[in-house]
Amino acid sequence: MSAKLEHAVLSLLEENARIELDQIATMLDEDKEIIIQIVDELEKKGVIVKYGTLINWQKASTKKVAALIDVKVTPQRGHGFDAIAKRIYLFPEVRSVYLMSGSYDLSVALEVDSMEAVGKFVTEKLAPIDSVVSTMTHFVMKKYKEDGVILDEPEKDERLVITP
Amino acid sequence: MNLEEKCSPIVRNMPPSGIRRFFDLVNSKPDAISLGVGEPDFITPWHIREAGVASLERGMTSYTSNQGMPELIETIRHYLQSQFTLSYEQTEVMITFGASEAIDLALRTLICPGDEILVPEPCYVSYIPCVQLAGGNPVPVPTKADHGFKLKVEDLERALTPNTKAIILCYPNNPTGAIMNKEDLAPIVEFVKKHELIVISDEIYGELTYGNKHTSIASFPGMKEHTILVSGFSKAFAMTGWRVGYVAAPLPLAQQMLKIHQYTALCASITSQVAAREALLHGLPECEAMASQYDRRRRLVVKAFQDLGFTCHEPQGAFYVFPSIESTGLDAHTFAEQLLLEESVAVVPGDVFGQSGTDHIRCSYATSLESLGEALNRIERFVKKQKNKQPIHHHG
Repeated sequence: MSAKLEHAVLSLLEENARIELDQIATMLDEDKEIIIQIVDELEKKGVIVKYGTLINWQKASTKKVAALIDVKVTPQRGHGFDAIAKRIYLFPEVRSVYLMSGSYDLSVALEVDSMEAVGKFVTEKLAPIDSVVSTMTHFVMKKYKEDGVILDEPEKDERLVITP
Repeated sequence: MNLEEKCSPIVRNMPPSGIRRFFDLVNSKPDAISLGVGEPDFITPWHIREAGVASLERGMTSYTSNQGMPELIETIRHYLQSQFTLSYEQTEVMITFGASEAIDLALRTLICPGDEILVPEPCYVSYIPCVQLAGGNPVPVPTKADHGFKLKVEDLERALTPNTKAIILCYPNNPTGAIMNKEDLAPIVEFVKKHELIVISDEIYGELTYGNKHTSIASFPGMKEHTILVSGFSKAFAMTGWRVGYVAAPLPLAQQMLKIHQYTALCASITSQVAAREALLHGLPECEAMASQYDRRRRLVVKAFQDLGFTCHEPQGAFYVFPSIESTGLDAHTFAEQLLLEESVAVVPGDVFGQSGTDHIRCSYATSLESLGEALNRIERFVKKQKNKQPIHHHG
């Protein structure tokens, strides 16, 4: 499979996970069979991880509280940061964990039902981990853009309905 | 006092744009999905807008030179050279209010009373009125669906008279999406040289071709002196509202055009000129990304119309499809009107773009994938309904 075709398929699916495969085939001027095969391969290789939905929880009737936590840790001999990162990312309320350069080590994104739940997570689960040296919690006040999608008021189509 | 009689008969006798009439009808259906828009659905990329905003913050609110900002002209020259192998001097490029002003300037510069201008049709709605306003006689040259709406030299030869002065070419074409590649242009080039004509080449869609890269007629050996090249930023960089374009022509023509521009327009907006320069300097990747999106939608739309049994040639440029709706038994106006009333989808009847567009509709695929999909579903439903209404029964 060409890298260009792979990229085209991935960007279409990233834009809309519910797009029909024969629509992808038409849009990229390829046989449907080839597209099926490509998607299959990408799923098996773990390039396509899952088909999700981007939700703006700020507008949903159940609200969620998001927090970003800067975590300083002591790396472990033989495991570096991986083992400690795993101890953190296995908690289901953790949305993402990144190893960072700079003044702290792990950036942990949390999404839970309430502010209390954030506090509980930090004090009862995160801080007591042996290698964790310090934590700094930032609450998210408003999400403007997520995964490349603007959640704020989108820019309107101001065009006239018919133009030459 | 009859004020209308005070008006010039050329203006009075000019019919209002056929699009205008339809526009009012579409406006009465606020929920309509419009495939009737002749401009990108993208908003100008942010870094281009930001450049305009920053120029205002810096206090750049003055006139520029009549010809345009020297930095922008320099950037355009470089761009024309690298993209289309066209060499123009600094004095041969001028910034205008969109390509529209450039076309008007070209026509007013060239036309003497009685001159004939060949206008291949279907074409953009302004060409013929602009020729008339300049005092010339427009001579429509129909192109045919059978040839994918490409211009044939035989058609030009038939229309040629001793009064013929110029041809207006627009490829990639609005409304048909047809392009003229190198081989298609070669006989036209010979014809133009042989009869010492001028080509006004509207290449506003030049960045939007699918497959073959656009060939400018001015890039043929010896054609620069026969060509007034008109282009702009509206379609390639989604900058329609900025009203900024340019014209490039050999010095003797450019000097004359500049005089009209300086007395009528003075100069293009400085904010738009700054933004246009940013577009050319750093916007080409976005332009490519938009073109690639149009390309995907194009295939989707062509397939949808072909699946409906419409004759629909594959457009190779711009962002329009121009299918024939003859198989529905409706004329283009009835089709467009009924489609709007019954299914709330707006398309433009093809004869708005000239007689040879009769029985066709123009659908723009500069529309989000979502709206496009929904519009195509509605068109399908509409066409199936029409088939059931048709009194002719097919046996088979």
